[in-house]
Amino acid sequence: MSSAPITQSAIYISAFKRDLSIFLREARYEFIRLLRTRSFALSIIGFPVVFYIFFGLVMNRGGHIGSISVPKYMLAGYAVFGMVGAALFGIGVGLAGELAAGWLELKRASPMSPLAYLLAKCCSAIAFGIIIVSILIFLGITVGHISLILPEYLRMIALTVVGVVPFACMGMAMALVVPFSSAPGIANMIYLPMSFCGGLWIPIMFLPRLLQKFAALLPTYHLSQMMLNSLGYASTGSNTSHWPGLVGFALIMLGIAAIAFRRLEQTS
Amino acid sequence: MTAVPKYPEPATSPIAAEPVGAVALLNNITKRYANGVLALDSLSLAIGRSEIVALLGRTERVRPQPSSCHGLSSPTVGTVRIVGADPRQTAARLRTGVMLQMGKAPEMLRVREHIELFRGYYPNPMLYRDILEVAGLEAIEARMFGQLSDGQKQRVLFALALAGDPDLIFLDEPTVGFDIHARRGMWAQIRSLAARGKTVLLTTHYLEEADALAHRIIVINKGRVVGAGTPTEIKSLGSRAPGASASHGLKIIRCATTLPTLSLLSIPGVIRAQNNDNLVTLTSTQPESTLRELLALDQTLHSLEVRSPALEDAFLALTSQRQSPPL
Repeated sequence: MSSAPITQSAIYISAFKRDLSIFLREARYEFIRLLRTRSFALSIIGFPVVFYIFFGLVMNRGGHIGSISVPKYMLAGYAVFGMVGAALFGIGVGLAGELAAGWLELKRASPMSPLAYLLAKCCSAIAFGIIIVSILIFLGITVGHISLILPEYLRMIALTVVGVVPFACMGMAMALVVPFSSAPGIANMIYLPMSFCGGLWIPIMFLPRLLQKFAALLPTYHLSQMMLNSLGYASTGSNTSHWPGLVGFALIMLGIAAIAFRRLEQTS
Repeated sequence: MTAVPKYPEPATSPIAAEPVGAVALLNNITKRYANGVLALDSLSLAIGRSEIVALLGRTERVRPQPSSCHGLSSPTVGTVRIVGADPRQTAARLRTGVMLQMGKAPEMLRVREHIELFRGYYPNPMLYRDILEVAGLEAIEARMFGQLSDGQKQRVLFALALAGDPDLIFLDEPTVGFDIHARRGMWAQIRSLAARGKTVLLTTHYLEEADALAHRIIVINKGRVVGAGTPTEIKSLGSRAPGASASHGLKIIRCATTLPTLSLLSIPGVIRAQNNDNLVTLTSTQPESTLRELLALDQTLHSLEVRSPALEDAFLALTSQRQSPPL
């Protein structure tokens, strides 16, 4: 049966519209679901907030090193800390659980497009990242008395949206490689050292020289340096020198995920 | 023997009036996993509209999973066509609904949210109210999935399989863990699905379920088809001697007797005799003559029981034969 090109494109358009509405609905329900899972929501938001309160605000009450406001400086590090956690635990552990429970198999048997599903998960991780960053900024302004202008805030939010993506890829790779029972443990083993060595807790210049050199390999380092740039603080290199680090990391993670996925298909 | 009202089997094939091809077509499917397990061996199957086909298998592992029929993990050898399309294409998935044997869906979403999500995947989903009614979920639509009992969770998964008003429905062990009322309810719903023109392919290890629901039963042992036909045909398959033609007067006679197996086999009509510590099970093509001879031979015979061959006997016979010829 030959269909006129007009009808053919009409079919594609309606399929795209349906995929779009599927994506929006999946994203909404994924976010709602994570928000309702109190244990997840409280820890993913609480962890970076509590750390920032202790190390950024309480321990450095109105402190300045030279002209740099310590609370504002540390805001960058803990904002990245928060969004990495949201991606790694929201997507990584979440996907691992759904894979182990057989839920993913049911989703794949349905007409839902896997891309819509993965993008939806990424978006809800971004939403959590924005919430965390906003809370940190609020605390910084009210308790830490830092001054933040609107462009700086917008740049931070924009970086959050983009910065979650490489860590979302890492979460996906982890979910496909690591068995569900060890997923939370492995996630922590990646999360905490990567944060520390990337200079998220203690600024990179106070870390031993060897670690400083090693940090160039870490996406957390690159993202936090870009975040510092957006706050107007000098960092090692400009933004353009840090993008390749993030993009390369994301591509490596996607490659690992693709290989792991193919291996899973063969043995399932 | 059982008081179960039997679902009346159609006199003619349900697809006799349909000129179109099969809804699902499995052609010489072989599925061998990377670890060497042979889940399916040369399975060929054509299923039409309004048909309920049950796959009955020996152990969990060797029964075909819907996913192998679905092409998620595509078959090692062979082709699968669902409404003419490869199951890996969205076109096929838009017309099928799947219920897998897994009790875990995201726990912090409400029942109605789960159903809304799945309904949104299809261009012509079933009405929300209808889905609730068929799956019996009206009372719990606002509850979180994690708060449901096992049976309720199964019913939600059933609802998700129906969400798109599919033409072909896969059910993997649909009534596992159900109590008798819930099971009968589910059976009634499955029958009404078939009556509405849908095709149902289910896997089960409940013989009664296959007997009650299926127009056709496919018995699978170690991945190979060892028996296929209507429930009546399968039952007579298991109790007939190789080479004998199908007979309708087949009966199973049980009694406690001291007669030796050899003399039992020489009684007219007996084609098979099993002796279990003096409890004897005979299969006879002429039950009346057998009974007359039996009662005359042994005056101390007691606990006599005569019944029609059951699916259980056929199933055990078909799946325990070492060299069962593939059908």
